[in-house]
Amino acid sequence: MQTITMKVNGVSTSCDVPDNTLLVSFLRETMGLTGTHIGCDTSQCGACVVHVNGKSTKSCTILAAQLEGAEVTTIEGIANGDELHPMQQAFHENHGLQCGFCTPGMVMSAIELVEKNKNLSEREIREGLEGNICRCTGYHNIVKSVQDAAGKMGG
Amino acid sequence: MYSTKYVKAKDIDDAATIMASAEDGKFLAGGMTLIPTLKQRLANPDCLVDLSACGLSAINDDGSSIRIGAMTRHVDVAESALVQKAIPAIADLAGHIGDRQVRNHGTIGGSLANNDPAACYPAALLALGGTVHTQNRSITAEDYFDGMFETTLEEGEIIREVSLPKPEKAAYVKFPNPASRYAMVGVFVAKFADGVRVAVTGAGEDGVFRASDLEAALDANFSADAIADGTVSADGLMSDIHASAEYRAHLIGEMTRRAVKACG
Ligand SMILES: Cc1cc2nc3c(=O)[nH]c(=O)nc-3n(C[C@H](O)[C@H](O)[C@H](O)COP(=O)(O)OP(=O)(O)OC[C@H]3O[C@@H](n4cnc5c(N)ncnc54)[C@H](O)[C@@H]3O)c2cc1C
Ligand code: FES
Ligand code: FES
Repeated sequence: MQTITMKVNGVSTSCDVPDNTLLVSFLRETMGLTGTHIGCDTSQCGACVVHVNGKSTKSCTILAAQLEGAEVTTIEGIANGDELHPMQQAFHENHGLQCGFCTPGMVMSAIELVEKNKNLSEREIREGLEGNICRCTGYHNIVKSVQDAAGKMGG
Repeated sequence: MYSTKYVKAKDIDDAATIMASAEDGKFLAGGMTLIPTLKQRLANPDCLVDLSACGLSAINDDGSSIRIGAMTRHVDVAESALVQKAIPAIADLAGHIGDRQVRNHGTIGGSLANNDPAACYPAALLALGGTVHTQNRSITAEDYFDGMFETTLEEGEIIREVSLPKPEKAAYVKFPNPASRYAMVGVFVAKFADGVRVAVTGAGEDGVFRASDLEAALDANFSADAIADGTVSADGLMSDIHASAEYRAHLIGEMTRRAVKACG
């Protein structure tokens, strides 16, 4: 067992977890934050992406024990009360999702992408989202959503 | 995942001591290979020794070479102004490994220790004639790789840093597998004052290798035209669901031409 203390969506939490607990299981099962999804076994799909100390991270490929003292932000932590994050709003307005399974990971990846570079070309957006697989949309409206949000986030 | 014990080592000596007392321990770097392996129950270590607090992530310029700490993440190599200036091909290689999330965590030491036959850094180490430094010794690239997923690292040996000599010109071009982004074929071409070195990853049955025919052709004429179709033989190349040995041979020629062009 490991006692870990981390900040999840701004709230400090301390828990005992088995050493082999993945961050995604910690978030979904211990914290009840089921917005972060699990879509594969091979670290390829990106449905599980969250931010760890500001860096987009596949939460299925890191142990909770590695994150003592870290700040973790999940899809539940980005809206401001009832006001959606500009990236969420842009996905909503541009029809950037269909079934929505990939969406939490897409949104978290896209936020980091735009925060690092506000003047992204379409190609850079497509490359930047290589770690996120969507089975439904064909990506076009996801790219449009990210372009729209980049403008709203100060691009 | 089987149950295991997690320990964060304070420094490299601490890591070696913890590993020595474990029955079947594993060092944990970025976890981008090791954690998926554990999830699939392909390994069952009794202890994971996390190297992230061992202070192994500095990047330095030595004049004739650069030294990169084993725990340096792919994203930090890609964005390093020092690397971009000294060996831009390395920054470019690191910036195209996997995807952003893999680059945010995966490390150069982990990549070289793992020696996946389709990984990118092994081609760079071999083409540049680099050296792997551990807590005990320094191992040249020629002596380091020992077949697929095998290296000459001994049990408990920790990569501390990697030094890479600066070439006159270099480029790495890969044909990525569209799902994983690993190299179906990747070619690193490096031109030094005393000759051209070409290393190929993703293709060899024994992992990364130097392509002496391509080196001879480029020594005589450092131009994409020097690589005619059919220069590369399919002998010793992998055939799998992704590509036949013949297709890989063709890709090696094509990636080499592209790399030579990218050298400018
Ligand atoms: C979806 C995906 C795509 C990828 N695409 C690519 C790609 O295109 N090209 C590419 O090259 N790689 C690719 N990778 C692999 C990635 O680069 C890994 O990060 C890398 O191979 C392993 O590095 P790590 O730091 O994550 O090591 P870990 O997974 O932590 O460790 C890997 C192995 O190395 C050992 N080890 C780690 N550090 C040391 C050390 N300092 N000394 C001794 N032993 C050590 C560990 O014990 C373990 O056995 C991909 C991975 C994923 C998940
Ligand atoms: S669940 Fe697929 S990458 Fe994490
Ligand atoms: S919207 Fe269904 S997987 Fe992307």
